[in-house]
Amino acid sequence: MPVMSYIQAITTALKEEMQRDENVFILGEDVGKKGGVFRATDGLYETFNEARVLDTPLAESAIVGVGIGAAMYGLRPVAEIQFADFIMPAVNQIISEAAKIRYRSNNDWNVPMTIRAPYGGGVHGALYHSQSVEAVFANQPGLKIVMPSTPYDVKGLLKAAIRDNDPVLFFEHKRAYRLLKGEVPEEDYVLPIGKADVKREGTDITVITYGLCVHFALQAAEKLAEEGIEAHILDLRTVYPLDKEAIIEAAKKTGKILLITEDNKEGSIIGEVAAIIAEHCLFDLDAPIRRLAGPDIPSMPYAPTMEKFFMINPDKVEKAMRELAEF
Amino acid sequence: MTTKRHRDLGLTDEQVLEIYRIMLLARKIDERMWLLNRAGKIPFVISCQGQEAAQVGAAFALDRKKDYVAPYYRDMGVVLAFGMTSTELMLSGFAKAEDPNSGGRQMPGHFGQKKNQILTGSSPVTTQLPHAVGVALAAKMKNDPIVSFVTLGEGSSNQGDFHEGLNFAGVHKLPVITMVENNKYAISVPIEKQIASKTVADRAKSYGMPGITVDGNDPLAVYKAVKEARERALNGDGPTLIEAITYRLTAHSSDDDDRLYRKSDEIDEARKNDSMITFNKYLKDTGILTETIEKQINDEIIQEVNQATDYAENAPYAQPEDALKHVYEE
Repeated sequence: MPVMSYIQAITTALKEEMQRDENVFILGEDVGKKGGVFRATDGLYETFNEARVLDTPLAESAIVGVGIGAAMYGLRPVAEIQFADFIMPAVNQIISEAAKIRYRSNNDWNVPMTIRAPYGGGVHGALYHSQSVEAVFANQPGLKIVMPSTPYDVKGLLKAAIRDNDPVLFFEHKRAYRLLKGEVPEEDYVLPIGKADVKREGTDITVITYGLCVHFALQAAEKLAEEGIEAHILDLRTVYPLDKEAIIEAAKKTGKILLITEDNKEGSIIGEVAAIIAEHCLFDLDAPIRRLAGPDIPSMPYAPTMEKFFMINPDKVEKAMRELAEF
Repeated sequence: MTTKRHRDLGLTDEQVLEIYRIMLLARKIDERMWLLNRAGKIPFVISCQGQEAAQVGAAFALDRKKDYVAPYYRDMGVVLAFGMTSTELMLSGFAKAEDPNSGGRQMPGHFGQKKNQILTGSSPVTTQLPHAVGVALAAKMKNDPIVSFVTLGEGSSNQGDFHEGLNFAGVHKLPVITMVENNKYAISVPIEKQIASKTVADRAKSYGMPGITVDGNDPLAVYKAVKEARERALNGDGPTLIEAITYRLTAHSSDDDDRLYRKSDEIDEARKNDSMITFNKYLKDTGILTETIEKQINDEIIQEVNQATDYAENAPYAQPEDALKHVYEE
């Protein structure tokens, strides 16, 4: 089985879906000749020509709004927002339009569109190239938000997003692009949107997280295993709507829960995960639910000292996991 | 006898009578909705009155079986011309389950009907403009010989989506026609406090497309402008911005009191140019609208509006739990 990076899995999924279905096309800034600022669409312009790998004007609301129109006509646009931080001008199109079109038209119209955007910090991106924006969209029924953690999941979930008949936000951790590598089958496969995935079986503590933090938790778990602490790790994969069954099952398994996000703590995805556990698992808990998250400051600063302070890393995760295990 | 201008445009006498009939139907449905609102039977009305000529004239210049429209909330004339029925509009007014626009989920005026190529609309203004551009992009990619047609008010031409959408359409030379129905008011704020350029059409230059201002009270002038724009679009010559000068004869909506910001003589003056009067006169002067035909049209419309009202009033609401349906594909 070939080993590829997280970003290669994205390019592969895009290419295969464009070959499979002529209605799939890409639009965004610099996605054409340049192949994207991160090179996620590398080679696609040459393979599929300009009409299907469209360089748009620098205008995010138009990228999404035009995508919505094309989707209503029957195409399957994959819009790239260059950085998740720059999705804000398109929020009206995403929340007022894409999310509500099926509902408001009583199932007459729908928007089969995927919006890809790189998120996350740890790359010296400062305030506006580091943010996690999923919580902005995570109370908008009609939207699905996918945040994969491995190259294998990237390929299967991006294909599922493109084939989905509703709008999907697909957030890719930009530091994971070249940091994470893994085996990815050559054959066509899709993974279910809305389903979490157990990334490690364990009996002592449960870690529930998503994105790059899954990788940190897995690293920390190996260290703790040497001390006899076995961590159960659940990767949410889809952060909206949440896989409640999987969350409840994972929480009940050990009764000691650590929730991790790179986002600011208050109002983040893991607050909702904590509420689900509180509602369903109170009498199964052996410790208070713990949360490890970014600080409640507007965004990630540029200076390496402050950036490191903000970012989640394997050491912070290991410390939090050990404390919970010892509770 | 007045010259039959419509003949020069390729319109038959029957077609101009049909334009008139749909304009009048829109007016009469709208007037009925105000009565129903003031009688406490429907919660909300937002009007087309004063803009019917622009709406129906434009729709007749399109291929109503194939072209796509992204109307805004005043476009009853457009959606009627594209095949929505009086009954369907009344079902929307009463928020009943059978309303094809939204099943009673949205306020009236939030049109949408896939079988008639009417895109679904929302309340935040101008969001529909990029959608129409997207339809045009998709049609171009598919080599489908159609255009998309989008309308908005002049106030909406200040939104970012106006700039972003038209620039995108201009750059990619897309077959989309944008018609701004300039009714002089964005709720209470008059045109001179809305836009700094002399006309809305002036803005077209920066998007690399023709910008045309037409008399929106004259359905034939609007028909001509849209028809020419459609031909350009189908020839691959790209988009057009049309500004139809109209006047909003009613308050912004049933919840607005326009006495707070405009004088009644201004409205009285505008009523002299109401297309329902001027186009009626044109059709009579050209001998097309005889007394017999006029009576027949009026009688049929009254009957149609009565039947639509009765049907919609007696139709069932959606079940409460229907609110849970269609969030995602089921």
